[in-house]
Amino acid sequence: MITYALIFAMGCFGLGLLMNLWLIIHGPGRADRVLALDTMVINMIALLILYGTLEGTGVYYEAAMLIAMVGFVSTVAYCRFVLRGDIIE
Amino acid sequence: MLSDILISVFLVIGGLFGLVGSFGLLKLKDTMQRLHAPTKATTLGVGGVLVASMLYFLLVKGMFSFHELMITLFLFLTAPITAHFLAQTHISMRLDRSDLPKSERSHDWSLYEDPPATDKPTPPPARAGEPH
Repeated sequence: MITYALIFAMGCFGLGLLMNLWLIIHGPGRADRVLALDTMVINMIALLILYGTLEGTGVYYEAAMLIAMVGFVSTVAYCRFVLRGDIIE
Repeated sequence: MLSDILISVFLVIGGLFGLVGSFGLLKLKDTMQRLHAPTKATTLGVGGVLVASMLYFLLVKGMFSFHELMITLFLFLTAPITAHFLAQTHISMRLDRSDLPKSERSHDWSLYEDPPATDKPTPPPARAGEPH
């Protein structure tokens, strides 16, 4: 039963990734595209954790943590760049 | 059996919330409305998945792992900061400065003007050894 629930959740987050990709392509503004990219990062973290649970190993947690950090820093850096024209003042 | 049901319920709830968050990103009209979907629903979905993973390793595998707690804490801390920065970006790109209401303070909004260090500057303390 856990396997079916895992596959269902993976399908949900995969569909969510496709929706984010659609918004990245057709997004009306730059802020929408950055927001879609940030949501993609969060969905990717969920997919990695689900895959790790399916495999029964804890190897993927470090990868998920690193992706979370890189996604946060990249979003903040892009917003700083748009706001100030400079990332590190 | 009970643990299986518990883990499956958390997984299904997490997956549905993640799907709702990504669908809301498409469905909502304005950028400011669109900020709501990923920052709330998707974060909750990932939180459900992380809780399910933690329960799986605790109940099925019999070992406690705290990595999920770290990821959950990190996501819950960074989601509001990301939303705040994205809203600032949207305001500075789409809205004109004259559309905003006046800030009822001595300086303009911090989006356009660096605020002073404090509103009421404290006098510098007298240094020891100096004549008064």
